[in-house]
Amino acid sequence: MASQPILLDYWPSIFGMRARVALREKGVEFEYKVGDLTNKSPLLLQSNPIHKKIPVLIHNGKPVCESLNVVHYVDEAWPDKNPFFPSDPYGRAHARFWDDFVDKKFSEAQFKIWGKKGEEQEEGKKEFIEAVKILESELGDKPYFGGDSFGYVDSLITFYSWFQAYEKFGNFSIEAKSPKLIAWAKRCMEKESVSKSLSDSEKIVA
Amino acid sequence: MAEKEEVKLLGIWASPFNRRIEMALKLKGIPYDYVEEKLLDKSPLLLELNPIHKKVPVLVHNGKTILESLVILEYIDEAWPHNPILSQDPYERSKARFFAKLIDEQIFDAGFVSMARADEKEALVEKTRELIMHLEKELVGKDFFGGKSVGFLDFVAGSMIPFCLERGWEGMGLEVITEEKFPEFKRWVKNMEKIEIVKECIPPREKHIEHMNFMVQRVRSA
Repeated sequence: MASQPILLDYWPSIFGMRARVALREKGVEFEYKVGDLTNKSPLLLQSNPIHKKIPVLIHNGKPVCESLNVVHYVDEAWPDKNPFFPSDPYGRAHARFWDDFVDKKFSEAQFKIWGKKGEEQEEGKKEFIEAVKILESELGDKPYFGGDSFGYVDSLITFYSWFQAYEKFGNFSIEAKSPKLIAWAKRCMEKESVSKSLSDSEKIVA
Repeated sequence: MAEKEEVKLLGIWASPFNRRIEMALKLKGIPYDYVEEKLLDKSPLLLELNPIHKKVPVLVHNGKTILESLVILEYIDEAWPHNPILSQDPYERSKARFFAKLIDEQIFDAGFVSMARADEKEALVEKTRELIMHLEKELVGKDFFGGKSVGFLDFVAGSMIPFCLERGWEGMGLEVITEEKFPEFKRWVKNMEKIEIVKECIPPREKHIEHMNFMVQRVRSA
């Protein structure tokens, strides 16, 4: 009998949250091991010796590292329920491009907002708002990035749990700049797989 | 009657991100039109097709635009499923993607910086070697990263390391990947050099070394 997959994670991690949402979307039962960044477990160091980072999904004894890889893997290993991608190659490439965009531009920008001060922080804010505008225009009038149902790019939602923190650190209102994106975020939060997986915003700000 | 496929690739001759796309297209026998871009003078077409990143490669297939080399490679594999370049197994696929990212991000960065920074050269070269050692381990007992035949990771690693970074290092008189420490890697390069489609898609050596030197000088004087 195959054993349950294990997810190695850290509670406020946006990347960890992506893995949680993916597993829950597929209805996969998993063992959740929350770690501590300063004291990495032997299992983590053994499963991800190159980067030593979470999330790591261990399935049938094999480790899958990097959050987007985990999401891809979960989609491919449990193909029957809630596919994350459209079935046509172009739709899939399109979704992958946006996830790459989120990972690079959005991720860097948001880090500057809470991780830096002064000029760098201001730069981060500008980049963040620019990235949000680009994402909003990609979303358009669709309920989700993927169209009518929640999909791969919507895993951007995990950044939402940090929006309160960005607003506090950056001293700006995200809703004012991008109401469509916030409306989309609230729609995603109505899904149990998402709301259960996202860490509490208040705790993150603290 | 089959619909006529229109495939166009925008690229720069020296770009490893481009060359790997050409390897994949050639492996699958897909005819394409190639448009050479200039690094410092980007065409209106490129800026229109890739307004966000303004970079090559750009693949246009029957009017649809696909961006980012790793995304393009997976697209090619899905749109033309014969001669697959990625395994069907989810775990093997996740490993290939993981190493591709390691190559395109950490190895690429460390490699270029090791050429550009004269002051910390030794330390940076050592760091690059450490990263490449992970690939060395992956090659044990295999002819190619893909196993018995070339695939996704061979194209990614090949275009970046032996047929790009190593040429830059050679131009500077540096031997980063030695036979002694990287026997598997050296063996793999020899295997790659025998593959027709790989040979067709490598930038011409002397011109490439000269170009790499030029790029390094540009970075240094910036």
